[in-house]
Amino acid sequence: MKSLLDTEFSDSNIVIAKADDLMNWARLSSLWQLGFGLACCAIEMMATSASHRDFDRFGVIPRNTPRQADVIIISGTVTLKMATRIKRLYEQIPDPKYIISMGSCANCGGPYWEHGYHVLKGVDRVIPVDVYVPGCPPRPEALLEGLLKLQEKIRNESLRKRIA
Amino acid sequence: MKKPEEVFEILKNKFPEAVLELHSEQPVEPIITIEPLKINEIGLFLRDEEDLEFDSLMVLSGVDDANGEKDSDDEGTEIIKGGTLSVYYHLHSIKNKHKVTLRVSVTKDQPEVESVEGIWKTANWHEREAFDMIGIKFLHHPNLTRILMPYDWPEGSHPLRKDYKNPEFYLGMKVPY
Repeated sequence: MKSLLDTEFSDSNIVIAKADDLMNWARLSSLWQLGFGLACCAIEMMATSASHRDFDRFGVIPRNTPRQADVIIISGTVTLKMATRIKRLYEQIPDPKYIISMGSCANCGGPYWEHGYHVLKGVDRVIPVDVYVPGCPPRPEALLEGLLKLQEKIRNESLRKRIA
Repeated sequence: MKKPEEVFEILKNKFPEAVLELHSEQPVEPIITIEPLKINEIGLFLRDEEDLEFDSLMVLSGVDDANGEKDSDDEGTEIIKGGTLSVYYHLHSIKNKHKVTLRVSVTKDQPEVESVEGIWKTANWHEREAFDMIGIKFLHHPNLTRILMPYDWPEGSHPLRKDYKNPEFYLGMKVPY
């Protein structure tokens, strides 16, 4: 009996690709985000999901449990009280997982940097961040750009070595 | 409908020792100052007395009056030590359509005020907020715990006080920028 590689195929519906490329393509095309909003940035995130900007065309679908999510968009002010919960949510997400830090508050504390007694000055103090989106709040276009940057990052990953 | 001045006269006749004075400084509405440990008796009277019937506590707010000594901490930031804390009560009568503002003042060493939770249920969370932010202790409150800050926030640390100092770390997270 002939093995698979010796078989002749009459039609050409077989594509040969590197495993890395295939995995990366699958991952970056279905970035399911945790349905999770923190402050006014969440309003822009919802606008990005809505029909006009349509996050879904990049494969971003909100999931209601961290077990099914691939990416968290930290959309808003991270208070010290919330930071402990965010860390737990992050740890509940199975690998590979990605973080987009959206807006000035999540990036560095934003307007609360000096007198915000209750604000964590940047979500990267508790979890690793892949992409920072500046703005207060960022426009939906900026968030989309941030997502494209994350996709670019995932495209260059390797199964042997994660970079994102 | 009664003016705050008339309400003050009624209160002064009924509670000559607990009702202290009436401040009228335009354009702010007149404020009646009350003894901190008598506010519950006066509140009950204001709610139940005919012609007054203040059935709604619109807001209860805690304030650091910032009237203590000016000082600077190790880093040179200006802080205010000592002085008084106040609680303001904004009352409204839905039936009689009149309003009145009450104030009690306490020292920072002994910030004890009687709770009005038994009179207006609204006060429950408002008093917890005043306790959390300013550190006013409401006596006979059923559940005087923090409402905004985490439950394990350092005891005696009340962020809206003028002599407040932020902790360096909270649960291993650095707090200052």
